[in-house]
Amino acid sequence: MLIKKPSDISSSEITSKSMYMDRRKFIAGAAATGAAMAAGFYLGNGGFTLETVEAGDKLAGIAKSQFSTSEKPNSLKDITNYNNYYEFSTDKYEPNGLSKSFRTRPWTVSIEGLVAKPRKMDIDDIMKLAPLEERIYRFRCVEGWSMVIPWAGFPLSALMKQAEPLGKAKFVAFESVFAPSQMPGQKRDVLAWPYVEGLRMDEAMHPLSILAVGIYDEVLPNVDGAPLRLVVPWKYGFKGIKAIVKIKFVENMPPTSWSRMAPNEYGFYSNVNPKVDHPRWSQAKERRIGEFFKRETLMFNGYQDQVASLYSGMDLRKNY
Amino acid sequence: MPTPKENLIRTLKVVAFLLCLGPASVLTWKFFHDLLGANPIDVITRSTGRWTLTFLLITLGITPLRRLSGMPWLIRFRRMVGLFAFFYGCLHLTTYVWLDKFFDVHDMLHDILKRRFITAGLTAWLLMLPLALTSTTGWIRRLGGKRWQKLHRLIYFSAASGVIHFIWLVKADLKKPLTYGAIWAVLIAYRMILWFTARLKSNKKELAVS
Repeated sequence: MLIKKPSDISSSEITSKSMYMDRRKFIAGAAATGAAMAAGFYLGNGGFTLETVEAGDKLAGIAKSQFSTSEKPNSLKDITNYNNYYEFSTDKYEPNGLSKSFRTRPWTVSIEGLVAKPRKMDIDDIMKLAPLEERIYRFRCVEGWSMVIPWAGFPLSALMKQAEPLGKAKFVAFESVFAPSQMPGQKRDVLAWPYVEGLRMDEAMHPLSILAVGIYDEVLPNVDGAPLRLVVPWKYGFKGIKAIVKIKFVENMPPTSWSRMAPNEYGFYSNVNPKVDHPRWSQAKERRIGEFFKRETLMFNGYQDQVASLYSGMDLRKNY
Repeated sequence: MPTPKENLIRTLKVVAFLLCLGPASVLTWKFFHDLLGANPIDVITRSTGRWTLTFLLITLGITPLRRLSGMPWLIRFRRMVGLFAFFYGCLHLTTYVWLDKFFDVHDMLHDILKRRFITAGLTAWLLMLPLALTSTTGWIRRLGGKRWQKLHRLIYFSAASGVIHFIWLVKADLKKPLTYGAIWAVLIAYRMILWFTARLKSNKKELAVS
């Protein structure tokens, strides 16, 4: 089995403090010298913005993680050229080209709802919120294909804790950007825009749930949801909402884009489950991109040991 | 337009044959040069499926085209184009049986019974099968023109099943399958209009006689 031992390692154990400090020093140094590496970091009191951060810019000081799989990651070329991003196109090969000029700066994420400290955060501050970790995760699309992706990001819980959710908050609702002038796919009502997703509070707080800002030590390519996207590796890929602008804490289960479109085909949970078929196709197997033969799909995408307990006592056929 | 000389038609047939082979050749070439992207099998599956439907619709388009353009000799190309629809349909079915199911009979039977888009797709292929088998001049003679023609109207239903197969498999974006569906509808409407006007005329004749 390729699954790591379940654990509740805190982020401080994963990333040494010195490493974290080094990273801060790096950013500070780079910003101070105005080096190209600092491009895009907003200099608070200076009141001016340098050139924007672009996909491909290096991210520094990314720590390894216990939660990474040892499977071989797919190439950046495959990750960026085979991808569902309906805001740009319903074709998996087109979003890469169509998203090239998408603007990811300035970018603000609103954290609101049932929290003690609602706030609007600049993406560059969000990127400094917690030490970045490399998380090499399996990625399983509901369509029956899969990849292994080396994300760079930080636990979603780190951002949530900052906002101090109230006891009443039971779910987290996410919202993508609505920018039809930049996203040609949003000019057609294939889905109701903007894209929305949600997690139950305990799912969102789970250490495997991350907000990704990079892939392969580089700033997240636009096609993969720059500047900020959700990654929940035990769920089907569409739960990983891209280009997030709003995170809202709510009491009731929020609507999610695909289940709103076809509630009999896509549920709120959408956990990877080889035993529960999509009504129109089987979920028992998957084709790993780059492989000829199909693989057996693993329960919870292979993260069963870590997440099965979240759903104990639940009928996963009903709560698909 | 006068009917071209026999030699010219023969040359055009060779050209048409090579053109019809084009999509398969391009796919093969791209496959061996690693130009089919991250998921080549998916591209092959989709492409052969789309070409099957395209060739079915071209076949259905030949009758209206030869009438409207005054080029009745176009009928000489219909069998070839129809057989190419079957050829691409066979390639498409092969990608499913081999590259998707790896000859797992149990799994395929389960699919055919449970997944309506597979049922529709297989129906489309099965409806093409007797048409391909009886496409020879010998079979036209054996069946007789009228009966042969009746049998070959199955192509309307084969193409319809193909469109339904496409509609049922997409996740959300119906633009492409509905485009095929609209072309199918136009080609069928043309035939229905012809059929109705022919009936009206024969009714009038009957009235005139009585």
